[in-house]
Amino acid sequence: MGAVMVVINSGTEIEWRRRTTKKQIGIWLGWLVGISIILFAWSVISEKTVWFFVQDAPRQAADIGSRMIPPKWSYITKLLVPVWDTINIATLGTIIAMTIAVPVAFCAARNTTPHNSVRAIALFIIVSSRSVNSLIWALMLVFILGPGVLAGTIAIGLRSIGFCAKLLYESIEEIDESQVEAVKATGASNIQQMTYGILPQVLPTIAGVGIYRWDINIRESTILGLVGAGGIGLQLNGSINTLAWTQVSTILLVILVTVFISEWVSAKVRGAII
Amino acid sequence: MSSLSDKQERHYPSVWDKPPFISNSLLRWGIILGAIIYLIAAIASMEINPQRLMEGIPRGQRFIASFFPPNFADNRGVVWDGILESIWMAIISTVAGIALSVPIGLGAARNLAPFWVYITCRSIIAGSRTFPEIILAIFAVKLFGFGPFAGFIALSLGTIGFFAKLLAEDIENSSESQAEAVKATGANWFQWINYAIQPQVMPRMIGLSVYRLDINFRESAVVGIVGGGGIGATLNTAFSRYEFDTAAAILLIIILIVMVLEYASSYLRKWVQ
Repeated sequence: MGAVMVVINSGTEIEWRRRTTKKQIGIWLGWLVGISIILFAWSVISEKTVWFFVQDAPRQAADIGSRMIPPKWSYITKLLVPVWDTINIATLGTIIAMTIAVPVAFCAARNTTPHNSVRAIALFIIVSSRSVNSLIWALMLVFILGPGVLAGTIAIGLRSIGFCAKLLYESIEEIDESQVEAVKATGASNIQQMTYGILPQVLPTIAGVGIYRWDINIRESTILGLVGAGGIGLQLNGSINTLAWTQVSTILLVILVTVFISEWVSAKVRGAII
Repeated sequence: MSSLSDKQERHYPSVWDKPPFISNSLLRWGIILGAIIYLIAAIASMEINPQRLMEGIPRGQRFIASFFPPNFADNRGVVWDGILESIWMAIISTVAGIALSVPIGLGAARNLAPFWVYITCRSIIAGSRTFPEIILAIFAVKLFGFGPFAGFIALSLGTIGFFAKLLAEDIENSSESQAEAVKATGANWFQWINYAIQPQVMPRMIGLSVYRLDINFRESAVVGIVGGGGIGATLNTAFSRYEFDTAAAILLIIILIVMVLEYASSYLRKWVQ
């Protein structure tokens, strides 16, 4: 938007406007197109909706809500192992992801990549890992590895590579080149430049990204059980399918507490590092 | 004499070592030891069955082989329908989610809202952020029945946690002096928000809404697994019918659309700022 106001001199009086007429029409057209897209999207969605069910929803919500109270506290003892599994899936998955993400990030960063074709491959790895949701990765891995914690861990790992590598390579591209040059001037080899010139600059980012992703992964690993990949989602799915609503509310509360604690830990550790 | 040179040796080491990442050595070794113990305990409790893994290798090879070549031809109508449904679902849920996020975000900014509004809005955000879209979708499907409407509700609720939180943080970081200047002209509350706060946060919010559209499209690929409509439903059907070549085609299309969206969003963000 232009910072200067438009002045229209129509002979007798001077009129001040914010935009030219052409620009104004353009903005109106933009709104028109935007709103028609939204209305069309809404019509497509509402066509496929059974409105009777939607009208019925408040009653259903009240019904389910009343069945969920009070939570079945004694069930918590059976949730300890699934919570432990969930945390393991997130932690080990993050470790796998970071081990792969660091070299991928160095290949994807413009200033450290060995070759442009390597960079293209690294970028493709990043995008494909990011665009496939961890639940879909888990769905495929359960086919290959069988149901269990291992499939979930690898799914979380594969999903997180893209996220971690993307943030890392962006920070590698933003490093201070003069430090690398200083190390180079001492006669350091390529590997030495990497470990003494670049790595110390991105080490806080590596740790920060890892912790941040771990926090997200705790949340993601709570649902992997839906497709049989271990963790507390298994219990959640089972309880919903058997309509054990008091167990469902207990599980949701446990997830809430776990996520809050992990978020707190992540914020503390990131605060200490950066 | 020798003890002196020893001391000197200690004070002026001839070989340079990198300073450790954590300077307190007790804390450093404590963390390393704790990490090793945790790793052993975690891996031990994973119940890895080597025999099952060995069986998995040829199975995995067959599985991956059955992905190729991706089958774009069969079920073309179904796949296309699913993709379109996902796109419309992503658009409408982003719009609805942002419309809901704006009042909640305003309420969750400490410098605008009284304390009880702040606490209420922050709890709504925390609740929406804690539960992944899938769990929201499970409940939406229970309440609203199968189909894209449930997915739309789940994604809109998920958008609130993301967008309202970032909006509130951005408002809290906005410049006080501009807000005061507009207030000094005698502006009422709405004018104050519209002319002092909105221009400061708008550019970032436009970028974020495109980013959220991208996330919502990706998430719409999974809410279908629990019955929330969209391409996820098609993908799930392809998996359960063992039509892996169709599944591969769907995954490729998802990756392609996400790439386009990502490129578009980074372009738009550059253009806005």
